[in-house]
Amino acid sequence: MKEWQPKILAFLCNWCSYAGADLAGVSRIQYPPNIRVIRVPCSGRIDPIFVLKCLENGFDGVLVSGCHPGDCHYISGNYVARRKFAVLKAILEFIGIEPGRVQFSWVSAGEGEKFAQVISKVTEDIKELGPAKRLVKSF
Amino acid sequence: MSNNSSNKSVLVVGAGIAGIQAALDSAELGADVHLIERTPSIGGRMPQLDKTFPTNDCSICILAPKMTECARHPGITLHIYSSLLSVTGEPGDFQCTIKEHARYVDPEKCVSCGLCEEKCPVKIVDEFDMELRQRKVIHRYFLQSIPSSYVIDSTRCLYFTKGVCRLCEKACAADAIDFDDKDKIITLNCGAVILASGIDPHNPIGYGQYGYKRFKNVVTSLEFERMLSASGPQRGHIVRPSDTEEPKRIAFIQCVGSRDIEKKNDYCSSVCCMYAIKQAIIAKEHIKKTEPTIFFIDIRAFGKDFDKYYERAKSQFGVQFTRARVAEIKQDNGDDLRLSFTSEYGKRESEVFDLVVLSVGLEPRKAMKEIQDIIDIKFDEYGFCRTEPFEPLNTTRPGIFVCGAASGPKDIPESVMSASGAVADCAEFLALKRQEKVSKKVFPEEKDTIGDRPRIGAFICHCGTNIAGVVDVNNVVEFAKTLPNVEHAQDIMYACSQDSLDIIKENIKEHNLNRILVAACTPRTHEPLFRETLREAGLNQYLFEMANIRDQCSWAHMNEPELATEKAKDLVEMGVAKARNLFPLKGLPVEINPKALVIGGGLAGMIASLAIADVGYEVYLLEKKKELGGNLRNIYNTLGDKDPQEFLRDTIKKLKDNKLITIFKNVDLLNIDGYIGNYKTAFTEENGKSKKEIEHGIVIVATGAEESKPDEYLYGKHKRVTTQIEFEKKIADLPRYKTIVMIQCVGSREGERLYCSRVCCGQAIKNALLIKKSHPNTEIYILYRDIRTYGLMEKYYSQARDNGIIFMRYDLEHKPQVEPLGKDNINGSLKIATFDLLLNKKVTIEAELLVLSTAIDAPQANKELAKMLKVPLNKEAFFLEAHMKLRPVDFATDGVFMCGLAHCPKNIDESIIQAKAAAARALTILTKKIIEAEGTISWVSPERCTACGVCVKVCAYSAVELKEKTIAPKITRMVAEINEALCKGCGVCAASCRSGAINLRGFTDDQIYEALSAVRI
Repeated sequence: MKEWQPKILAFLCNWCSYAGADLAGVSRIQYPPNIRVIRVPCSGRIDPIFVLKCLENGFDGVLVSGCHPGDCHYISGNYVARRKFAVLKAILEFIGIEPGRVQFSWVSAGEGEKFAQVISKVTEDIKELGPAKRLVKSF
Repeated sequence: MSNNSSNKSVLVVGAGIAGIQAALDSAELGADVHLIERTPSIGGRMPQLDKTFPTNDCSICILAPKMTECARHPGITLHIYSSLLSVTGEPGDFQCTIKEHARYVDPEKCVSCGLCEEKCPVKIVDEFDMELRQRKVIHRYFLQSIPSSYVIDSTRCLYFTKGVCRLCEKACAADAIDFDDKDKIITLNCGAVILASGIDPHNPIGYGQYGYKRFKNVVTSLEFERMLSASGPQRGHIVRPSDTEEPKRIAFIQCVGSRDIEKKNDYCSSVCCMYAIKQAIIAKEHIKKTEPTIFFIDIRAFGKDFDKYYERAKSQFGVQFTRARVAEIKQDNGDDLRLSFTSEYGKRESEVFDLVVLSVGLEPRKAMKEIQDIIDIKFDEYGFCRTEPFEPLNTTRPGIFVCGAASGPKDIPESVMSASGAVADCAEFLALKRQEKVSKKVFPEEKDTIGDRPRIGAFICHCGTNIAGVVDVNNVVEFAKTLPNVEHAQDIMYACSQDSLDIIKENIKEHNLNRILVAACTPRTHEPLFRETLREAGLNQYLFEMANIRDQCSWAHMNEPELATEKAKDLVEMGVAKARNLFPLKGLPVEINPKALVIGGGLAGMIASLAIADVGYEVYLLEKKKELGGNLRNIYNTLGDKDPQEFLRDTIKKLKDNKLITIFKNVDLLNIDGYIGNYKTAFTEENGKSKKEIEHGIVIVATGAEESKPDEYLYGKHKRVTTQIEFEKKIADLPRYKTIVMIQCVGSREGERLYCSRVCCGQAIKNALLIKKSHPNTEIYILYRDIRTYGLMEKYYSQARDNGIIFMRYDLEHKPQVEPLGKDNINGSLKIATFDLLLNKKVTIEAELLVLSTAIDAPQANKELAKMLKVPLNKEAFFLEAHMKLRPVDFATDGVFMCGLAHCPKNIDESIIQAKAAAARALTILTKKIIEAEGTISWVSPERCTACGVCVKVCAYSAVELKEKTIAPKITRMVAEINEALCKGCGVCAASCRSGAINLRGFTDDQIYEALSAVRI
C-alpha cells in the first residue's frame, strides 16, 4: 500500500515567502509535494477564518508564511499577522487542534533552502499526526 | 540651464540601484530612457549582498520588485551586456555609441530552463559569487537575474575556442542558441546622459601583510557577503575555506584600501564600518557561538539610526570592537591566523582567529577611467567623477549628470537619492512637458463581461520539458476539461512565447472566453505579460489567474512525477475555482492638481522649490520665520573654497525671480487636508495677520532641524564657552588666541540622542583649519570620540593633522572636565581636563576658548505636522521615510515627500541632493494629469461596518478614515471609507475587520474560500 500523503494548504505572501518558494524551485531544491499554495499579497491579508476553513474542508495541515519581521513589503502587515496568529494559536489549542497542525514561519525571497526545510518539517510533523478529522463535517 | 532641443531621451549608464532609480524616475517623467548595463543582468551590487544595514532587510527581496518594474516599464529600453564607447555631439543632442555584446542566446526564445547549463562541459569561476564557486560557460548571471535568459561566455566556450561541442544547442528545446550572434555597435541619440557607473571593490592583494590569496582563511568583505547569502555558494552556511569548519572567531579589518595615503586612497569609503557591523551581527545570528571582532580606526556610524545599530551590535550581539590598525597577519597552528596589532594604549598585542574578513573600500571604476577622455568629463584626484559642492549632480560637461557612488562613496539610500536628484536636473535640462496619457500603449476597448456566465480558458504549459518532463501535462489538460465553466483547455509548448500568446488571443475570440487560467511558471515574473495579452484581446486584465506548476511543482518534485501531477491538477483546480470568481477591476483615475507645497524655506526647501518650478510647475513655499535660508544663514565657510553666503544670496534671488514660486513668510500652519493630487492647506501668514487657503497636488516636508543648546561644559555660564555655529559667525575677526579647544559629540551619541549629528566633525575641522590659516600659532585641540570625516572629507582630516591640529580621543567614561581658570569665573580662561587614553593619564589644557560641537535636534513642531499629514516620525522626531534603503525621500503615504534635515542631520551637498530627489519624486506625480490607482485594493460594505476603527489603526498608508455617510435613506452614521488613491492592496484591513465589512479586490474572501475548497481531499 502506498504511504498516506497528507494535504497541506500553504498561504504565502507574494513578496517574500512565495518568492522564496520560487527560488527553491529555480535552485531545484526538492521538498515533499504535499503543499497546495494560495498566494496572498501579504501575510496580513490572511484572516484566521481562512485557516479554520482549511481544516473544515479536510486539509490535514495549514502553513502560513510571510516576510521576516521588519521586511514587510507593506511596512507592518506581517506584524498585524503575527498578533493575529498568536491569538489563533491559543484558540486552536483550546478547541483541541493538535499543535503542529497549523504552523507559521517567516521565509524571505532569498531563502529557497529554508523554504524547502520548512515544507519538509511541516509535512513530517503532519504525517506523524495523521489525518485531521476534528473540524471535518461528516455526514 | 535648459535647452529647446526636441530630444527627450536619456541614456542611463549602469543598471545598479542608482541607474535603476534614475531610469524609473526619468521614464515616469515621460522621457524615453535607454539603460545600458555591462553585466548580463540589471541589479548591480545589491544582488550580491545578503542583507542591508541598519534594518537587516534582505537585499534581493527589496531589490527584485524594482528590477521587475524597471524591466517592464514601457518608457525604458534595456541594453544589457553593453558598454558605452563614446558620447559625441552637443548637450541636448548627444550621439551615444554603445556596444551590445553578443549573448549567443536569443532572450526572446530562452525560457531559462537550464538544460543547456546542465550539458555544458566547461566550468569556470563565477565572478558574481566572487569566484567562490564554479559556473558553466553558458550561464545566468544570478538566479534572480533580469532578463532571466542565459548568456554564453565566448572567450571560454569550446565551440568558439576549439570549434567543437555545441551541446547546449542540442539540449535547448526552445531553439534559443544562436552561435551566429554578433556584437552590435549602435548609436543612440539622447538629450542627456546620467552616469551611474558605480564602483569597484578594492583589491587587497597590495596589502601583502594581510596575506590575501596566500592564506585560505583571509577573505574580502564581498566574498564574505556571498558566504552569508542564503542563495550564495555556501547557501548561507559560514565555514572556513580551509577546512569547512564553522569559524569560532572572526576578525574584521577595517579601512583596507581606504584612508590610506600610501595606496593613494586618502578617502573614507563611508560604508565599510556599517557593513562590517552588519556582517558581524549576521555571522552571530548564523553561528551563535562565534565571536566577531572588528579592528577599526574610527567607527563611522554617521547615518540615520546607524549609531543605534552599532550600540546593538555591542550590547545585544556581543560584537567586540578593537581600536587598532592590524600590522600583520601570520598563519598559526595550520590555517589559523595570528593578528599582530598595537592597541590604543600603545601595547603590542596579538590574537588568533579562524577567519579574517578584509573590509575592502570602494574604488572608482577602472573602466570609467578608460573612457573619461572619450566622454570628456573630468575626474577628481582619486578617479571619482568630479562635481562641485553646490552642484553635486553635475559633471564638468553640460548635459551629463552623475549619481550613485560614481562621484564618491555612497551607501544605498544616498545612491537612490542622488539618482532621483540627477533626474530632477535632467528634467529641467530636457524641458520635459506634462504628459497627456497614462500609458504609452494603446489597447482595444474592453468587452463588458459583467453578468456573463464564466467561460474559462485553461492553458497548460509544457515549458519544453521543464514541466512536461515531470508532470503529465496531457493528464492535467484532460482533467481541466472536466472542471465546471472550463470552455476550452489545451496544452501549449511555451506559454510565454509570442506565438503562444497569439494562440491564447485567438482562443479568447473563438470560444468567447471571459476568464483565463495559465498553468506555467510564476506569476511574479509572468503575470504582467499575460495580463497584457488579455488587454490586447479586449478583456479586463484582472480576469486572469496563474497556477504555478513549474517553480513550485515540477522543479521542486522532480523525482515524484505522479505526486507532482496530482499537485499540478490540484493547483489547476484551485486556479479555475478562483478564476470563476474573478470580476473585472478598474483602477480609479485620480486627477492631479499640478501645484506643489513646500514646507520650510531653508536650503532643502528652497532647492526643492526651484527644482520643481524650473520644470514648469507652480510652487507654494512656506517659511515659519521672517527670512528664507534656515541654517544656511549661519554658515560662512565650507571645506574647500566655496562661499555659502553667496550661494544663499543667489538662491534667494532665483526664488524671488521665478514667477512660478509664491513665497509666504512668518507662516503658522493650521491644517492640511486631502490626499495625493488633491490637498487643501490652511495657514496664517505675517504672524497671524491674514489667513490663507491653498490647493495643491503634493507636499514636500523640509522643516529642517536646529542646533541644540547644551547644559554641560559651562555653556551659558561662562563667556568663553560657545557652540560651533556661534563660533563660526565670529571666526573672521577672532583675536589671536594661544589655545582653543573643541569638544565633539556634545549631546550626540548618548542618552536620549543616540544618533550622530553627522556634520560636526567636518565643521570642527573646517573651523580649525580656518583659524590655522589666519593664526598659524594658535594651538587647537579637538577632543573627539570618533572622527567621522566620511567620504571625500577625509582629506581635510589629514590636512588638519598636517597643520598641527591636535586630536585627542575621549570616551564616555572619561568625559572632559571644564572649569574656570583663575579668579574670573565668567570672562577668564578655562581649564579643560581630559583623560589621554594613550598615555593613560589625565591631561590638562589651558584654553582661552572652548567650542562645543553640539547635537542637532529635530524641531518639536514636527510632531504636530506629522499628525496633520498622517506620517510617522522616528524616536527622535525626525521624519520616517517609507523605506530606509530604497525610498529615502518618500513617505508611505503617496504624494508626501521629505528632504533636508527633517529626515536626519546632513551636510549641504547632501541636503541639495535630497531636495532635488524630493522634487523629482514629486514631479513623477505633478507631470501627470491623471494617475491610475491600483485595481487590487480594498472596499467597504457600509451596511456591515460598525465604525469600530480597527481598519484605521492597522492601515500603514493612512488610507482608511471614518466618515459620516448616508448608507440608506434616512440612515446616516459613521462608516469606514477607503481612499482608493492611497490604498496599496495589502488586505490587512480586510483580514482585521471584525464585521466582515471589508474585502480585498483580487483576493476576496470568496475567491480564497473557493480556491481552498476546490482541492479534492
